[in-house]
Amino acid sequence: MAENVYIERDRDWQPPALTPAYRSTTFRSPNHKPLRFDQTISEIAGPTFGHDIIGELDNDLILNFAKPGEEPIGERIMVHGRILDQNARPVPGVLVEFWQANAGGRYRHKNDAYLAPLDPNFGGCGRTVTNADGYFSFRTIRPGPYPWPNGGNDWRPAHIHFSLFGSGFAQRLISQMYFEGDPLIWLCPIVGVIPDKKGIEQLIARLDMDATIPMDLIAYKFDIILRGNNSTMFENKLEGN
Amino acid sequence: MTKPNILHESPSQTAGPYVHIGCAPNFVGIQMYGGKDLASNMLDPETSGERITLTGTITDGDGKLVLDGLVEIWQADANGVYPSAADTSGTADPHFTGFGRCPTNLDTGIYQFQTIKPGQTKMRDGRAQAPHITMWIVARGINIGLQTRVYFPDESANATDPLLQSVPEDRRHTLIAHKLDDQTYQFNIVLQGDEETVFLDI
Ligand SMILES: [Fe+2]
Repeated sequence: MAENVYIERDRDWQPPALTPAYRSTTFRSPNHKPLRFDQTISEIAGPTFGHDIIGELDNDLILNFAKPGEEPIGERIMVHGRILDQNARPVPGVLVEFWQANAGGRYRHKNDAYLAPLDPNFGGCGRTVTNADGYFSFRTIRPGPYPWPNGGNDWRPAHIHFSLFGSGFAQRLISQMYFEGDPLIWLCPIVGVIPDKKGIEQLIARLDMDATIPMDLIAYKFDIILRGNNSTMFENKLEGN
Repeated sequence: MTKPNILHESPSQTAGPYVHIGCAPNFVGIQMYGGKDLASNMLDPETSGERITLTGTITDGDGKLVLDGLVEIWQADANGVYPSAADTSGTADPHFTGFGRCPTNLDTGIYQFQTIKPGQTKMRDGRAQAPHITMWIVARGINIGLQTRVYFPDESANATDPLLQSVPEDRRHTLIAHKLDDQTYQFNIVLQGDEETVFLDI
């Protein structure tokens, strides 16, 4: 039987639980390090989501909440990229969910009381499933930056939240995407929880003029890496696995 | 640790306080996806197995309830088979999804799943694992999702479960649900402090 064990998560690359500059971690960070244990089928297996759950407009935030004939205000963009594993192999069938503030930096959420107005034509969420090449894309409005309570003058850079389900539950990941060139990225305490500058750069989408549609929308390229399986270590034994 | 030619996993970032918009939009009144949030229902009338309710809260290190959390569970069916291509140990119940997702209530902090009691599964070396449910928790202030397991009280297989037995004895009880009545199990998560739940790195 094939042993699709995932590569151990690099806890020095990932953010630690307690990061005092991001104040919400103060009481929400476990004191103990998570306990290491051998992977079992419980982590190697994972829920599967077919393309059939995805509706026609699920990956179009420009249209999926707008009134007929209307559209949200803001910069029209497309975000696209590939989801690969740590062995640089595409991961097909990944359920990608995304959510974001509107162009003014306001979320459609009862707990968000920011001054900027809601946009009646913008819901702020969508989802898609990667194809055989691990590729995904969606259309949206570029989100605005917004201030948040963290004890000082803190502003979130423009960002889109991402939730990802790979093939195994061990690959489960939630993260955020930032935009190339945004000066707020380097001032943000939430971005700053990532220990390595190269890790932060992994979360910055790049302007993609090749995919930009003239007179329509600007494209950003964003690739995501999920945990890979360890089978390359036994390539002779588990070829094609 | 990372071997040459192995890419770095993308860094995690907090799900933030508005995780519902992306993961359970209907829960916060955003009409999407035909009005049904993903994995808000794990069962249908023909699902095999003992119906149970799994419920609880998340508490922080200051004793406060987490009101903006999201809990996901992943488990085998009543026969111990996961509804996933990766599980080749048998045919999974087609009437069971194995995956559930529930935000903590914005006022009470309570999460609740209607599911079935999972069967036993096996370690890769063939040793039996006691029935358990994998749980994953995200919220504002959690930089990387916290994974744990829910085990059942009065389950003789717990005594030989390899993971449970590898947990220091004085913390083992944090992984075992409390039975509230014949079909209701309570599993409260403590993020930090003396009664801190054991979280896993698997
Ligand atoms: Fe955000």
